[in-house]
Order: sequence, then C-alpha cells, then structure tokens
Amino acid sequence: MKTYLCIVCGFVYDEAAGMPGEGIAAGTLWKDVPESWACPDCGVAKSDFEMVQI
Amino acid sequence: MASQLQSAADQAGDEPALVVIVGTGLAGYNTAREFRKHDKTTPLLIISRDAGDFYSKPMLSNALAGNKSAAQLVMKSAQTMASELPASVRPRTEVVAIDTAARSLRMHDGSAIVYRDLVLALGADPIRLPLAGDAAADVVSVNDLQDYECFAAALDGAATVAILGAGLIGCEFANDLLARGIAPTVIDIAERPLARLLPAEAGDQMRAKLEAAGVAFRFGSGVARVERASRGYRLQLLDGTTLQADLVLSAIGLKPRTALAEAAGLVVERGVKVDRLLAASQPHVYAVGDNAQVDGLNLPFVLPLMQQSRALGATLAGKATPVQYPAMPVVVKTPAWPTVVCPPPVGSHGDWTVVHDDAQCRAEFFDAAGALAGFALQGAATAQRQALAARVAPMLPALLD
Repeated sequence: MKTYLCIVCGFVYDEAAGMPGEGIAAGTLWKDVPESWACPDCGVAKSDFEMVQI
Repeated sequence: MASQLQSAADQAGDEPALVVIVGTGLAGYNTAREFRKHDKTTPLLIISRDAGDFYSKPMLSNALAGNKSAAQLVMKSAQTMASELPASVRPRTEVVAIDTAARSLRMHDGSAIVYRDLVLALGADPIRLPLAGDAAADVVSVNDLQDYECFAAALDGAATVAILGAGLIGCEFANDLLARGIAPTVIDIAERPLARLLPAEAGDQMRAKLEAAGVAFRFGSGVARVERASRGYRLQLLDGTTLQADLVLSAIGLKPRTALAEAAGLVVERGVKVDRLLAASQPHVYAVGDNAQVDGLNLPFVLPLMQQSRALGATLAGKATPVQYPAMPVVVKTPAWPTVVCPPPVGSHGDWTVVHDDAQCRAEFFDAAGALAGFALQGAATAQRQALAARVAPMLPALLD
C-alpha cells in the first residue's frame, strides 16, 4: 500500500484507507482509482498527483 | 528560450505574440499548465519576484508536522517548470509598470517586454495590524516559501508562539506547531475560532478539540503592543492582560496585491476587477488567483483558483471560456479536529441546523426557501462532504448562451 500526494494542495491519498465517503473502498490501489476522479480539496485531475515514497 | 521568444517576435511582425504571466504561485503556474493543454506553441513568459520554484502555498501551514524544510516543499524547480511547460521563466524580476495602451511591461532593471496577453497572478499580502511597541516589526507572517524558511528557522529553541488571528490559517498553524512540541496561544477579537466561517457550535467544538490537543486561546481581545522581553516578547492585549511568547506570528487575513494594476489605470476594488472571462477593464489584461475579484468575488482558496486557471487557460488559447464555480468546500487542515466548510453566499438569509456529538459535527445552512445553501462538517462527518456539496447550488453557475 502506498500514498500519493496532490502537488497542488497537499491532499494525500492513502491506498490503505481509500475514500469510503466518495465510494472508493479501503485498499483501492491508486491505479484502480477512476481516471475521472479529481482531488477533493482542489479539483486537480488524477494525472496531477505524484507518488510519495513511504 | 530567449531565441524562441526572439524568433516568435520576428514571425509575428507588428502583432505581439508573447503571452506573459506575472507570478509563479499556484495561480500563475496552473494557468500556464492549463494554457499548455490547449496551446503548445505560443511563446509563454512567466515572471517571478522570487526564485520561481513551484510549491503549494496551502502546504505551508501544515508542513511542520511532516518535518518538511522549505527545500522539501519545492515540488519542481523553476528550470523543471520551464522545460516541462514549456515556457521561459524569469526569476527574481519585479514588474514595475504596465502600459496597457502599448501592451508593454517595464522591469526593475529598466528592460521592457511587449505582450499579446498579460495575466496578473500576483497573489496577496498578509494584512498587518497597526501594533505599538519596540518589537512590532519582529512580528512574522508566513505567506510564501521564503517566509516559511525564516519561520521554521526561528522556531529552533522556541517553546511558545503567539498567533494573532483564529481564522483558518491561524488555527492551522496552531495545530501544526503542536507537532514541534511548541505551545501556541491564539488571540482573536472574536468570541471563537473561525468565527466568520463556522456556526457557533462548530466553532466551539474546534476550540475544545484544539485546547485538548494543547492550543491555548484568548478570545474577545486584540493585541495592542509587542515589546522585547528578557526572553522573547511580551504582548499587551487590549483588555490589559499580557502574554509572553518566543515568537509572534500574524495570521489575520490577506489583502490582494493590486498596486501595479491600480497604477496602470485598471479598475480595482477589493481585487483587480475582472469578469467571468477573467478579463480586466483594459483589453488583453487578465487577473487570476488571490489578486483577482471575479464577478464581484475575491476568494483566496485553491478550488476557485483552479476553476479560474482552467477557464483562463482555454480563453488564452482562443476558446473563450467563462469561469464557473460549483459549490466549493474549504478544507481546514487541523488534524486535531478535521473540518470542511462550504460557507453560505455572502448576504444569504437563513438558519443553521446543527447536530453534533463528541465525534462529529454536521451543520447545514438552509436559506429562506428551504434549500441547502452551505454547510460545515467536522470529525467523522467530513466523509459526507461530497454528498452535501452536490446538493448546494453552484456559486457561479454556467452562463446560458
């Protein structure tokens, strides 16, 4: 499980936690998050996220 | 890149070809990125007062918890941005004047540039309280990466920090300082934190959770004087009480940077006045981000800035695109009590309905017609953000043709 950082606003997507409030189950891998998904904090597209090494 | 600019000027003859963006904050760089999604060839120059490195300003108020240095907050260097966009990035350059008739800019070194279109993305300055005392000038604010570097350095050996302002930034810094083992005291003339954004119950819960985590508050009084003390500073409040702090941080709000636009004769109100196309009062001049007042609204948050950047990027590429604002919840980065607030439109009439317990708070603002016009969610309830945002009417709806 990895985490990904939105380079615009700092929002972190944690694969282990997912985003159940947005219909993304815990354990959903980043590659399985829909391409149409946008950062909930700033609205940037999935392609603008960057992976954070943990 | 200089040769690219030169050859573009040659090809264009009399008609200037260059798009110029002034400012390399989120507004400037995101407008550049959006423009390049539509137009990969028009020469683009981006001018920066600082080093021009790309970083995210919202991260400055929660960087201590991640133990991040200023250098680590740089996502991409100015050079990387220049080659990725592509664009010419001119760092450490101050624009001193705009001639909207000649479509030219004058720099601090006397050089001049002619633009096809100009984008003002200058940002905003921290508002400073008129403080008395021999240490008033020592009060710091954190508004950019360089400020953060100084702030983080000044925290070495500090045990206490006084924060002026219990708004969004003040609360975020207070929470963040706890991660460094520093005891923050937040001072505000209001009665509770985030008084302009949250209903009373939600504000009280924010206060209780931050206090439980180690933040102290002094409400109902502002600061009058800041003086040097044997250790750090002595603050004197308007109510006569005093407070010692090793460092004083001011976080009472932002004022759009409009002096350059004003001197150029552009219409300025709270910010540079622009329409839904982000166009200012003279042709070929646009404003985006914290320095812009869009259709009457100056909203210094990331979501509106991104909506503006997307629209302007398309407009600059020849596809006139009015900006739209959906309901735009603002995230308050206080891990001790996560909060999301979608403030009701200014001047709306209605009432808050608040349901809360120790684990969460859900506040909904219903207008006179009974429609959901805003909300605030805290703790576990923040998971309902998307569901509620979808029910709130857009702030600036799509324009009908």
